[in-house]
Amino acid sequence: MAKHILSVLVENHAGVLSRVAGLFSRRGFNIDSLAVGVTENPEVSRMTIVVDGDEHTVEQVSKQLNKLIDVIKIKRLDKHESISRELALIKVSANAATRSEIVQLVEIFRAKIVDVSKSTLTIEASGSEDKVTALEDLLKPFGIREVVRTGVIAIERGNRIIKVTNNEESDSNGKDVL
Amino acid sequence: MKMTGAEAIIKALEAENVDTVFGYPGAAISPFYDALLDSGIKHILTRNEQGAAHAANGYARVTGKAGVCVATSGPGATNLITGIANSYMDSVPIIAITGQVRSDMIGTDAFQEADITGATAPFSKHNYLVKKAEELPRIIKEAFHIATTGRPGPVVIDIPVDVQNAVIDFRYPEHIDIKGYKPTIKGHPGQIRKAAAAIHAAKRPVICAGGGLITADASGEMLELAERRSIPVVTTLMGIGSIPSDHPLHFGMVGTHGSQTANYVLHHADLVVILGARVGDRAIGAASTLAKKAKIIHIDIDPAEIGKNIDVTVPVVGDLKHVLRDLLELVETGDSAEWLETAADVRRKNSRKTEREADGGPAGCSTDACGRGAVGMQAADTEYVNPKYLLSILSDYLPEEAVVTTEVGQNQIWAANNYRVRKPKTFITSGGLGTMGYGLPSAIGAKVGRPGSTVVVISGDGSFQMSMQELGTMKQYDIDVKIVLFNNRRLGMVRELQLTRHGGRYSQVFLDSNPDFVALAAAYGFRGERISSDVLVPEALRRMTASRGPYILECMVDPMEPTL
Repeated sequence: MAKHILSVLVENHAGVLSRVAGLFSRRGFNIDSLAVGVTENPEVSRMTIVVDGDEHTVEQVSKQLNKLIDVIKIKRLDKHESISRELALIKVSANAATRSEIVQLVEIFRAKIVDVSKSTLTIEASGSEDKVTALEDLLKPFGIREVVRTGVIAIERGNRIIKVTNNEESDSNGKDVL
Repeated sequence: MKMTGAEAIIKALEAENVDTVFGYPGAAISPFYDALLDSGIKHILTRNEQGAAHAANGYARVTGKAGVCVATSGPGATNLITGIANSYMDSVPIIAITGQVRSDMIGTDAFQEADITGATAPFSKHNYLVKKAEELPRIIKEAFHIATTGRPGPVVIDIPVDVQNAVIDFRYPEHIDIKGYKPTIKGHPGQIRKAAAAIHAAKRPVICAGGGLITADASGEMLELAERRSIPVVTTLMGIGSIPSDHPLHFGMVGTHGSQTANYVLHHADLVVILGARVGDRAIGAASTLAKKAKIIHIDIDPAEIGKNIDVTVPVVGDLKHVLRDLLELVETGDSAEWLETAADVRRKNSRKTEREADGGPAGCSTDACGRGAVGMQAADTEYVNPKYLLSILSDYLPEEAVVTTEVGQNQIWAANNYRVRKPKTFITSGGLGTMGYGLPSAIGAKVGRPGSTVVVISGDGSFQMSMQELGTMKQYDIDVKIVLFNNRRLGMVRELQLTRHGGRYSQVFLDSNPDFVALAAAYGFRGERISSDVLVPEALRRMTASRGPYILECMVDPMEPTL
């Protein structure tokens, strides 16, 4: 089992998220994370879906997603050819004795303290999923009170973009099912 | 042109050349029904919305056009669901139009409110909740396009009652462009070349013909390919009709309820050419072992079906008619005489075996002799009617283009294995969902779609009673459907399963208090007859097919009659 990132362009209207989510549950696919937001074209939204599964599963996920009329385009992002980021807000217990140690950790991770109280620090951290997870692990001994993570978003490196036009899946016609 | 949303729906249906809709009125769809009065579109009032959905399916399967069914919100819409799911599993284009509560009431659990777009998402090709009346023309145009192109399927259009009443300026779009929907029609030339090479290299090829061939109108191309290389053809349940049953290259239906010969041929091949079939578990059970033994060419319009249930050597995505035509350009004449002889031998052995078993007993057909003029079958004076015998001679009493629909259960498998099908689109059955209660309403839809053809439904006493209220529809519109009702006073398929899997502990399979079906026919003003011996079958079939108007031929069947 490995994690795969799918960048999915969908029509930006009601019901699309439930179609996508429903498809995952009824076909027995596991979503690791799912992030949705509008694109540069207000009629189109992008879903970044992290799928847990083997090659066969991910191929089926892509094909079944492609069958949804509201799904315009799907691209599997290569780990090395794309940049992925996740944002996390982490509320951790802190007192006079532990505060400075936590601040140091936050600096090492180039994260930010965004809220302070007598008993807590709230940290904003962004970066690759691994980096955010590493910070979370290091903060655990201090007592994590709450974690909010956005799920991964990703974009291709260089000048490549995923456009609405030229649906690759239908053009490739069988090539990619090999 | 200014008109209401309801009138716009009618106008759009007219623009899509819809001549008939099947439906059932109610409050949330009442503006549509009011507008319908001023239209030339014929409406068939079924006795339950499920009947409307199945009738639309039957209509679509014999005409190739989209079938249309209409229901009100809430229970009307939910009653359609089985028919929608059935159409989805069998890739049949139907449009289901449902009324919905007023837009501002949606989500309040209003009277007769049900989230039908949510409910049908898993088994509709697409669905719409229409928010603004202005969207109606585009949505209906899109719905018909989506339902009938690519891999066909059901599309649901849910229309709130206020949207039906709103006044709009109607213009039906000529073109539509759906960004996320561009089915692949032409096959990839490189893949087709590989397919041709694999066919040339094969020593023991077999064609597995699925329902997609019939949908794509590509049965002729498939036959040409089979004949050019002398390739044996086996079919799936949905593929029945793609090759005439008595064609020398036809080796029967594969699967758990198919013939031994067909399964032998499939599993001993070195190349399996799967055409428009989704490799369902009932058809090709041991898909993984099959793929280890043989090369697989899989041609389908739906890329998601390729590689889903079986590993494929040569995948080709595209419309079968196009792909097969391109493939035929490359395939040279040749044969694999030895392999064909082996297959024919297996067929001969299997049919002899069943004849021997039948010796002394009632005339028996076999799944292997089946559909081939019923070797050794003759009428005997028996206590019961042998359904396999009746079905094996039924085609003698029917013109070539007669349509036979079936219910689900033993009657379906008896028909699939024994009725001699001569043309595509003349054998209509619920394949994927296995819907009891499908046969009668789908026969009604088939008769409406092809009024010139004789339509016979092969029925069992269990399934028949799931939709027998549709006799009222037949009476109201004088829809001439002949009903062959095999009455074994059992849910026979389940009974058999309980015998083989549960040691004969029969649980809830007894229908001993069936009504008098001949009297039931009479209650509707139909003719009817009950027979309980094979010797009576030929005359009874002659009387039924010669009579005008609906007819129930009730055949008493041995409760222990096996499926195969």
